[in-house]
Amino acid sequence: MSEIVGNSRERARRSAAASSRWRLPELAFWGCAVAAIFLLPSRHLLLNEIAIVGLFAMSIDLILGYAGIVSLGHAAFFGVGAYAAGLLAKSGYVEPASGLLFAGAIAATVGFSASFLVIRGSDLTRLMVTLGVALVFVEVANRFESVTGGVDGLLGISMGPILGLFEFDFGGTTAYCYSLCVLFVMFLIARRIVNSPFGTSLRALKENRMRAGAIGIPTAKRIVAVYSISAGFAGIAGALLAQTTAFVSLEVLDFARSADGLLILVIGGSGYLYGGIIGSIAFALMRDALSTLTPAYWLFWMGAILVALVVVGRERIVDCAKALSLRVRGQPK
Amino acid sequence: MTVALETHDLVMRFGGFLATNRVNLQVARGARHALIGPNGAGKTTLVNLMTGVLSPTEGRIVLEGHDITAVPIAARVGLGIARTFQINQLFPSMSPLEAVSLAVAQRAGRSAGIWRGFGALPEIVDEAADILEGLHLADAMTERSDRLPYGKQRALELALALASRPKVLLLDEPAAGVPEGERHEILDIVASLPRDVSILLIEHDMDLVFSFAEKISVLVQGAVFLEGSAREIAADRRVREVYLGESADG
Repeated sequence: MSEIVGNSRERARRSAAASSRWRLPELAFWGCAVAAIFLLPSRHLLLNEIAIVGLFAMSIDLILGYAGIVSLGHAAFFGVGAYAAGLLAKSGYVEPASGLLFAGAIAATVGFSASFLVIRGSDLTRLMVTLGVALVFVEVANRFESVTGGVDGLLGISMGPILGLFEFDFGGTTAYCYSLCVLFVMFLIARRIVNSPFGTSLRALKENRMRAGAIGIPTAKRIVAVYSISAGFAGIAGALLAQTTAFVSLEVLDFARSADGLLILVIGGSGYLYGGIIGSIAFALMRDALSTLTPAYWLFWMGAILVALVVVGRERIVDCAKALSLRVRGQPK
Repeated sequence: MTVALETHDLVMRFGGFLATNRVNLQVARGARHALIGPNGAGKTTLVNLMTGVLSPTEGRIVLEGHDITAVPIAARVGLGIARTFQINQLFPSMSPLEAVSLAVAQRAGRSAGIWRGFGALPEIVDEAADILEGLHLADAMTERSDRLPYGKQRALELALALASRPKVLLLDEPAAGVPEGERHEILDIVASLPRDVSILLIEHDMDLVFSFAEKISVLVQGAVFLEGSAREIAADRRVREVYLGESADG
């Protein structure tokens, strides 16, 4: 009997350890991201944008994909981070990396305050509350022109070298390397979080809130925590944009940014952390391809693809593709 | 008799409907106590009140001398009340191992940990494995919960409750829908729990009730109709008429 007990403990431990192990496709993915520095030297500005949008979509993934909290206003935190970083630089503190931390902390604090609005209510109330909060932020930024520059934007940001070592360049090479490093570090943090007991408890309250409460998980506290963390992630993404483009406009708080973030996450798939980054790449590629094909109507196709993804379901499309590839290889079914 | 969990004049109204009518119920420490009654008698409502899913319209709930009427659902688990649900409430995409590990981590105060994964918490995982083993779930522990056969899901429902090491365990028809042959298996596991765990069982299967319970309370239309030892209840003519009527006639 004790042998059997030992055996099931052994299997349990192995299974628990396996869940956080790195897989080959993951390493390949990051390898490609690094290789892009050398392989696509003329596209660094675009890659930089993809990395930033990917980080922003990842921040939405933390609340949506893991805790099941929908938001149509995550740009609020992206914008807070962008303005925080921009204003810090304008005030004379120009070192980017520590500026990021500062901006992330500010955004997380704002997220913490806003989180109490999303603890209760249905998905619809959350959509409306998050949307409403973001709209308020836009108008506040618009109103306090003397601080934010209003519709003209925050001009005259000049960043110093990263950690005192790496100067930003016009081609965006430093910017992409910087954003990629930050994205990777944030990804590592997110990966730890989602694989931890805390992350598991988020999935628990997404999948069955009643049962999560019935095993003792304080659901409200968890939502506050993950919402703050997610806001911090979004703020760092916003700060990256401010620092690498040396400009902040009201557009960072725009509703379209929140909607795009959500759309990108849906394209890439939520709940496995890579969805935001993959969606961001796919979004940029599709926009590129579609806007060359039909410059005026590319959003039509983007919309059609989104509808197809959601209605047909990504899993079914992926299953279809798998079945097809098996058939091609001559193994029916 | 030391009382583990008791209710004082508990009342629950849903609009004009009186679901719980001045219930004074005492679950003694180490009790093997069953709650029976016809459909709609308010048994599940009472469990929902005791666990904090619902807040009573009137009355108090007391756990080991402390008033817990205002304590929220999750905090009551920390104080030692756990339950199973009449209809499975699982985490569909999680494996039994993940779900039970989480419940164990919660009890051990480790569920808010962000840095260390379950791979670095062997004592938590071991305990989860032991619980699953005890409920014959070891072979299925890495499968998705929603793909388990129904009987295994029922067992997992119980495993999640046990992981919090409850002082008081409220079982809402734990064997509901489980095939005849496997029903006793689940109740045997319940019966083999340590004697200091107080158990309140809601069950329709009278064979199970009489083989398990030492004390039985009969709930009719939201109120406690009768209380007594299993033998007294089985022998009571009114209970046979009100509740066991059909089976007594047939």
